Amino acid sequence: MRFGLDDDREALRSTARDLLTELCPAAVVRAAWEQAPDPAVWQALADAGALTMLAPPAEGGLGLDETYLVPVVEEAGRAALPHPLTATALVAAPLGVTGHTVTTNLGSGPAHAADAGPNAAGLAVTAAATGPNAAGLAVPAATFAEAFLLRSGQGLRLYEADEVDVEPVETVDASRHCGRVTPRAAGQPVTDNPETVAAAFDRGVLGTAAELLGLSRAMLDLTVAYTRQRHQFGKPVGSFQAVKHHLASARIQIEFAGPAVLYAAYAVAHGQPDASCSVSQAKWLAGTAAAVTGRAALQCHGAIGYTTEHDLHLYLKRSWALSRSWGGADFHADRVAASVGI
Amino acid sequence: MDLNWGAAQDESRLELRNWMARSLAEWRAEIGAELSGDTREGFAQQLLWEERLYEAGWSAVSWPRAYGGRDGTLWDWLIFEEEYWRAGAPQRVTQNGLQILAPSIFEHGTQAQKDLLLPRIAAAEDLWCQGWSEPDAGSDLAGVSSRARREASGWMLDGQKTWTTRGAFCTHLFGLFRSDPESQRHRGLTYLLVPLDLDGITVRGFGRLDGDEGFAEVFFDGAFLPDDAVGGGVVLGEVGQGWRVAVSAASTERGLLRSPGRYQATVADLLELCAQRGADGSMRRRVAAAWMRVDAYRLQTLQTVTSLLDGGDIGSEASLAKVWWSELDIELHEIALDLLGPDAELEGPWSKGHQFSLAGPIYAGTNEVQRNIVAERVLGLPR
Repeated sequence: MRFGLDDDREALRSTARDLLTELCPAAVVRAAWEQAPDPAVWQALADAGALTMLAPPAEGGLGLDETYLVPVVEEAGRAALPHPLTATALVAAPLGVTGHTVTTNLGSGPAHAADAGPNAAGLAVTAAATGPNAAGLAVPAATFAEAFLLRSGQGLRLYEADEVDVEPVETVDASRHCGRVTPRAAGQPVTDNPETVAAAFDRGVLGTAAELLGLSRAMLDLTVAYTRQRHQFGKPVGSFQAVKHHLASARIQIEFAGPAVLYAAYAVAHGQPDASCSVSQAKWLAGTAAAVTGRAALQCHGAIGYTTEHDLHLYLKRSWALSRSWGGADFHADRVAASVGI
Repeated sequence: MDLNWGAAQDESRLELRNWMARSLAEWRAEIGAELSGDTREGFAQQLLWEERLYEAGWSAVSWPRAYGGRDGTLWDWLIFEEEYWRAGAPQRVTQNGLQILAPSIFEHGTQAQKDLLLPRIAAAEDLWCQGWSEPDAGSDLAGVSSRARREASGWMLDGQKTWTTRGAFCTHLFGLFRSDPESQRHRGLTYLLVPLDLDGITVRGFGRLDGDEGFAEVFFDGAFLPDDAVGGGVVLGEVGQGWRVAVSAASTERGLLRSPGRYQATVADLLELCAQRGADGSMRRRVAAAWMRVDAYRLQTLQTVTSLLDGGDIGSEASLAKVWWSELDIELHEIALDLLGPDAELEGPWSKGHQFSLAGPIYAGTNEVQRNIVAERVLGLPR
């Protein structure tokens, strides 16, 4: 029994953190609200092997598993990286899809697969084309991705950027670059196996949970720094118990979401029977931590946090989007309930 | 990273599981109706249970055999706790001695104190209660005013301790006394080990929220404590250094008193109750949420133990867990009461457990104090 990051995994995480701190500071996230994100950080992640870490060896994979990549994804979350790391490295690469910046949106889970089918033109549609949002789910990074991994019947197909129409949509977090995506060519089949799709979905949930965890850490760090230096009534506001208790509560939520995210990575990597349950648990806990932390961060910043001039909103709005992507709290609580037999 | 238990650990778990099932059945056949350990009669019943645990070597698994333990690792302790609670065994009435005093003896005691006191704690021969709180010193423990005046061959004790768990049934008290009358706050305190049968000591039990006589107040009216009143001497650590000794005990209490095993057992019971009573979608989500939090506690503990075995330090991080488990315990019981509906008011394990859970955010340092500790020592916010 040994549960925690060993030296190798810790070194990888720390390398990723240094790289992201240097190449994806808040200014880069902020700039991505106006234009496609700066490619430098993405190229650096690619050069470091992060994008293909989980690919099959023939596709440049490193023979590492999710327990190595997920801490890196958590760091990407901490930096609010605007590029689709979860989709490219965690969802697509293990399917042998490499060499592209890939985006995807598999909706709220495998249950949606049965709803999707060929559209009138005989082309694939995403899960997005069904359900309450008839115009289709917004796909993040749609305006700059090189390839789209979309549901098609029971399976998945890959479309190059010139094989789809993308209708950009405005989102609360503009650095998401969401768009509604309609294929206009057949694309390439990636898998017809529903179990492969379900596993890909679980990896997407896992990555999103890790990003949320990192976002919570970033929001808490920002708030601790701010409340230490902001003075009111002649004292740092961080010295007031009411402020301390908000931030302590956030830290506690983060403390217990962290091991759940790491365990989910382990369960997925080792094909444990509880892998799906554990990714849902990780997503639910990380989403809860992000909600508690986001509210505490905004409240403890006071009015300065309620502006677009301060950086907090970059992280806060990303956390709002990710909390409801890849299945929200109720979806994942239902999956856990079914898994524990109630 | 390896989340598997070893073959030896699996084997010892199975051995324990079988022993627990058999021994609990035998003990229950012996005592008849099982009463709360926070009543005089229930306490006596549970001493019979403690005897069985000790004789089979399960009383203090992580202690050296020389002191009545089993030479187990922290992993063995975690496995023990999981199986102990899974079997539905009673709360340990010896827990204050085992889990609060003993770690301080291991850290600060002389060899004679270790040799003479620890085996008697493991064997439930000496029954220790905690003498921290006073009427005017609760969360603010440094406000202790009970006095210990140095005499030729011992200490003269005056003052009062209160909210002393199971004090009316115990044989000994460990606590903080002001040995330097000029001192203030954290200075000038001495950690003393006190037999409760000394002349000048009066113990009065009183009802906790659930009505059990689980609390006591202890009055010291010129009670003379001879230096050799307990084996190895009555002062733990140095005279005047009691705060340091007590704080190391407090972080143990906060961090490791509650293994996740207890909550794993409670949530298993909750899942069963949910299945029996039936639940709609939103109730199922509440139960699932509680299950997720319990399991997160288990995982966080595995991570903490891994880090401790690597030479890490639990320190102020213990406060994170204390808030988590205490709020989680209330959540688990509130969900159970909601599932029970009108039956929730009936006396039973859930209504009893609910009242007990409400003490969690108060004892071992209130959750307000714990959040201050998290904010100041973990996050680095200014005092």
